[in-house]
Amino acid sequence: MPDASTARGAAPAASGAGATPVKPRRDWRIAVASGKGGTGKTTVAVNLALSSRGPVQLLDCDVEAPNARLFLSLTDVRRNAVTIPIPEVDQTRCTACGQCGEICAYNAIVAMGAPPIVFPRLCHGCGGCMRICPRHAIREVPREIGAVAVAGNGHLRFVEGELTIGEAMAPPVIRAVWSELAPGTPAIIDAPPGTTCPTIEAVRGSDVVALVTEPTPFGLHDLELAVAMVRALGLPHGVIVNRMGIGDDRIQRYCEREGVAVLAEIADDRSIAEAYARGIPLVTAQPQYAARFHELRARLEELAAQGTQHAQGGAGGDGCDAQEVS
Amino acid sequence: MKVAITSRGLDPQDPVDPRFGRATVFVVFDTETGEHTPLENSGGMDAAHGAGIQAARRVQEAGVSAVVTGHCGPNAFRALSAAGIDVIVGAQGTVAETFARYQAGDLQPVAAPDVEGHGL
Repeated sequence: MPDASTARGAAPAASGAGATPVKPRRDWRIAVASGKGGTGKTTVAVNLALSSRGPVQLLDCDVEAPNARLFLSLTDVRRNAVTIPIPEVDQTRCTACGQCGEICAYNAIVAMGAPPIVFPRLCHGCGGCMRICPRHAIREVPREIGAVAVAGNGHLRFVEGELTIGEAMAPPVIRAVWSELAPGTPAIIDAPPGTTCPTIEAVRGSDVVALVTEPTPFGLHDLELAVAMVRALGLPHGVIVNRMGIGDDRIQRYCEREGVAVLAEIADDRSIAEAYARGIPLVTAQPQYAARFHELRARLEELAAQGTQHAQGGAGGDGCDAQEVS
Repeated sequence: MKVAITSRGLDPQDPVDPRFGRATVFVVFDTETGEHTPLENSGGMDAAHGAGIQAARRVQEAGVSAVVTGHCGPNAFRALSAAGIDVIVGAQGTVAETFARYQAGDLQPVAAPDVEGHGL
């Protein structure tokens, strides 16, 4: 394994930081994302969590369609509403000056006459209208947009966010899931597919991102978008190729060209799909996979540690490490 | 009074734009003189969300009392109603033909939006 600092080339170290080794952390946050949907994020996230040999937490941030819980038997489920603050105008104080409407970037509050009218579904909860109102006539009221559930399953702590059907704003619910993250315990985050706001919100707080793909033109096309996303976010990342055998080696060739680590390859095995279809976790149906997920987790944590070292050493950069494919 | 007719272009011979929120242009007629002025719908055309609301503000700022268009969605309708602006839907043909029908009293305001919104 090449030494991380030489692999990155010469970069001035911040004064005093040098090559000080990072104390091993116990609570790495590993996000599982993808460009293309349906590649196996939930399979990887659930099995990474279940194969853990110590306490672990699993955060289901795919709030538009959370389904990780289908593989888990959960107890002590505690559920809380997620709300965002929207404006309510005190008509007795309002003079219809229109400043609230002027400052709103989302057309969520407009002064078409007194009092201003509010379009709750457009409101992003920024609080600008409240602050600008010269008569202090606007107050915040909560509007429910989803829920967060917290539950247990032995050494696994599970947090799930769900966006209410018909709602458009996933990021506040995803932030609510992250707010339930218990410090000191490693976390696996099941992110939504794609590269848009919800996915970014789900992965941005993590230490490393596993990008799950399939060896097809669709898998590669969307993986390239996902790699661009994690590079823009400065997050260490690696690739997991699922359903090996249904396509060709284009993913591996891309990763080699781009210096992205291939962390694992999972065979296209009908028995995996059968267990999945029955809601049986892979490491339960085929216990020999537990060792493979354990090894995958170790590789991800190694990437996370290297990423932290680079950040501390002042190298910064795109967080992507060149690694030999083993 | 002033009435705004959604239009595909700046000229009254241009066809009516069937949309309100993302209409290209509003041609604003003075019902007493028959004179008309184009009003660009810059906010509505470009807005990611709330185009109908921005368009409603635009026409309100121009002192319009009635809007004539093809269709009007729920957000635009609510904003226009709050401002006391009449909404007439189902317009077809050219802007000039539509104005003639309006002046003849053939067009009646509606009490509700006639189409779903586009998202939020």
